[in-house]
Amino acid sequence: MEKLHFSLVSPERELFSGEVDQVDAPGSEGDFGVLAGHAPFMTTLKEGRVHVHLADGMRVFDVQGGFADVTPNGLTILAEHAVEIV
Amino acid sequence: MASLKDLRNRIASVTATQKITKAMQMVAAAKLRRARESAENARPYAARMAAVIANLAAGVSGDGAPKLLTGTGAQTKELVVVATADRGLSGGFNSSIIRAAREHVAAAVADGKQVSVLTVGRKARDQLRRLYGDRFVGSIEAGIPGLGKAQEVADAIMARFDAGDVDVVTLYFNRFASVVSQVPTMRQLIPAQVAGAAPTIDLKGSSYEYEPDEAGILATLLPRNITTQILSALLENQAGFFAAQMAAMDNATRNAGEMIAALTLIKNRTRQAQITKELNEIISGAEAL
Repeated sequence: MEKLHFSLVSPERELFSGEVDQVDAPGSEGDFGVLAGHAPFMTTLKEGRVHVHLADGMRVFDVQGGFADVTPNGLTILAEHAVEIV
Repeated sequence: MASLKDLRNRIASVTATQKITKAMQMVAAAKLRRARESAENARPYAARMAAVIANLAAGVSGDGAPKLLTGTGAQTKELVVVATADRGLSGGFNSSIIRAAREHVAAAVADGKQVSVLTVGRKARDQLRRLYGDRFVGSIEAGIPGLGKAQEVADAIMARFDAGDVDVVTLYFNRFASVVSQVPTMRQLIPAQVAGAAPTIDLKGSSYEYEPDEAGILATLLPRNITTQILSALLENQAGFFAAQMAAMDNATRNAGEMIAALTLIKNRTRQAQITKELNEIISGAEAL
């Protein structure tokens, strides 16, 4: 499966950066999922959970505000607040 | 010549001072490590934000463009934000920022601009409040740098911008170049500085989709960008402050050491001179008998 480059950064630090299978995020106009090769796209985020699908499991982050930017280089989420849910 | 007792007292007092400066140096070194880490951790976010805005700004132009990006059309009213630390004992750290800002203000005033000054940090407030009188519009304590503090500063700026009191906003702080070098730096907050030659991302034929729309995203992004820029400036300032304090205290400790060595030498000479004198008196007393 083709991998998507994903990074999640908050103003304080970078929480995640790496190759993933899929990311689901809460867009302000509806939740969306991003796979590798997604069309360029940008949206603001509402409060919610970001699910990161990895080859060997899933990581979940709670995010508040911010936005997502999908480019051919991958997906970047800039969140105002983000914490990983263990 | 100082008596032996005076010399002993002075040595004791310098030794006590040296203990304090040594302790301050070690505290600053420990705090520097943490401050530096948070300054470095904040960089990816600021860099991504700048890239995204540069990308968006390329697509938005004309009348619909937000004022935060393009400016109000005038350049006459400028707000200079001067960010220093709350405390001193850090060599030239605070005064180098203040000097750079004062030069900028003087140049802007000479250009006929209406300049107002907002300070962050007690040192900037103390030095600039009296100097600028009516130009001085407010101050915020630096406290602990963080998102909350950056937001507070951004809110103070935005309130003035929204009220139409300012056209241009610049921020002065020390960039943390390395432990031995902090560079007074000017950053323009409004209108937003778009990184000049930002590499536009190759979209491979497809075009960007925006949700909600371009203007909507920019409208939420630009105020947040100001907060981010301020946060990064505050964090750099904090790291720079501890580095400067560490260097200043290291110097002070070394100077105290030199002073103790010099005083000890004088003390020993004085003591020997006194012993010689007493021996002379005893011997000549014995000869007289």
